[in-house]
Amino acid sequence: MINPFEILETIKMIQEENLDIRTITMGISLRDCCDSDERVACAKIYDKITRLAANLVKVGEDIEREYGIPIVNKRIAVTPVSIIAESRDTADYVKFAETMDRAAEAVGVNFIGGYSALVHKGYTNGDRRLIASIPEALSTTKRVCSSVNVATTKSGINMDAVREMGFVIKKAAELTASEGALACAKLVVFANAPEDNPFMAGAFHGIGEPECVINVGVSGPGVVKCALEKVRGADLGVVAETIKKTAFKITRVGQLVAQEASKRLGVQFGIVDLSLAPTPAMGDSVAHILEEMGLEKCGTHGTIAALALLNDAVKKGGAMASSYVGGLSGAFIPVSEDAGMIEAVQSGALSVEKLEAMTCVCSVGLDMIVVPGDASAETISAIIADEMAIGVVNSKTTAVRIIPALGKKEGEIVEFGGLLGRGPVMRLNRFSSKTFIERGGRIPAPIHSLKN
Amino acid sequence: MKAVITVIGKDRVGIIAAVSTILADCNVNILDISQTIMREFFTMIMLVDISKATISFTELAEKLEKKGKELALSIRIQHEDIFNSMHRI
Repeated sequence: MINPFEILETIKMIQEENLDIRTITMGISLRDCCDSDERVACAKIYDKITRLAANLVKVGEDIEREYGIPIVNKRIAVTPVSIIAESRDTADYVKFAETMDRAAEAVGVNFIGGYSALVHKGYTNGDRRLIASIPEALSTTKRVCSSVNVATTKSGINMDAVREMGFVIKKAAELTASEGALACAKLVVFANAPEDNPFMAGAFHGIGEPECVINVGVSGPGVVKCALEKVRGADLGVVAETIKKTAFKITRVGQLVAQEASKRLGVQFGIVDLSLAPTPAMGDSVAHILEEMGLEKCGTHGTIAALALLNDAVKKGGAMASSYVGGLSGAFIPVSEDAGMIEAVQSGALSVEKLEAMTCVCSVGLDMIVVPGDASAETISAIIADEMAIGVVNSKTTAVRIIPALGKKEGEIVEFGGLLGRGPVMRLNRFSSKTFIERGGRIPAPIHSLKN
Repeated sequence: MKAVITVIGKDRVGIIAAVSTILADCNVNILDISQTIMREFFTMIMLVDISKATISFTELAEKLEKKGKELALSIRIQHEDIFNSMHRI
């Protein structure tokens, strides 16, 4: 029998340190739902999602009860809709978003991702129509999440798409101004988007994925922080080792849940995503892990080194614990969803520039950043361009989920509620990038992409 | 299927009796018990076999939880695999 201390350690992680499974995400291919008649296509999409995901929530809840581990979200990711809707020469792609929304509601999931387009090298006609419809789609639906991949290391950066996304984000913010620009929290712009990411808002079911798949995202910043509290004063080698061991334990639970969910649903197991995903709850913050390492506030000098150590140790521990690792797999640093990040911004320790630097060494990018509502579309595009360049040159995923808070100024707070949290409006550089962004075109792939 | 029951709280008379009565009523076999007092807290860990239980896992969990509330204790039941997977390779 497992010894009592180990049992109590697990229970303490769950009860006091916020260990949970952040999401079980079912990936569903919609490639057989194309039809030139949009009513037929939408009916096929609705039927397929509600058929395959009918038991997703129930199975998640059963596992939660039997193993005594909270599974916070059950979600769905589908094939990028730009591909599915393309057979139909219609300007009205919003119908597809409405269908996804209804299907998600019917099976009881809170988010469905995949209102997406992959345009890193250029647009197809369908991509163009889908991207143009994003603001309306996200403002008229509740559960639909959207993502656009505008850059890859292999193909460079599509600056026309970067430019357009600045306008799309501004429009989405305007359409949902009364809800704190909520639509923007459901929209991610990617470089090197992973095809098997289980986390919203960026989840979609990539074109290399099987018919249906289960991907699981674990969490547990609180567990890592508590483990580090026990090694205060020890050198950073000990810190790395402690994080590694903790990540191993966390990920083993993720692996167990993924296998069990896949077995019960009769669906292939895809990957476990090793990300440390924070929530706005106290004791569930990535920033507080960095501060536990010895930084007075997240964002001060030394933050990048601490984050690099954390990210690497999480991967090393997690990789040993799971048979298939994928998705984003690293520490998340969303501002509004992390109590420590919010404090760091409010105290003036953490700036957009430092966050950009942090994204060079961790899994995502500028995530849930609230900026002044008067920031121009070109400025937002330029922020995206910088982040895409970091991803492309470093051969990693980067993303931008940015929220222009209309009518709000630097220092004010926008409340989103729930897991999305609350975000302080951050300061941006006041000089213009307009002429640069207006050039458009495509930034070529970096020389080190030529590996063949 | 084996499960682990953990009872944590302030020590008092009749904790084991209360839990084992529920288990016996539901035809759940106790395989192992260990108990200790940690930081003034009574901590009991039971390994049980629930494969012949007369009620569902959820119902058993609810019964134990209800009893826990009556006795001002935390009583949880979890599939043993969560502990095995976390602590054993």
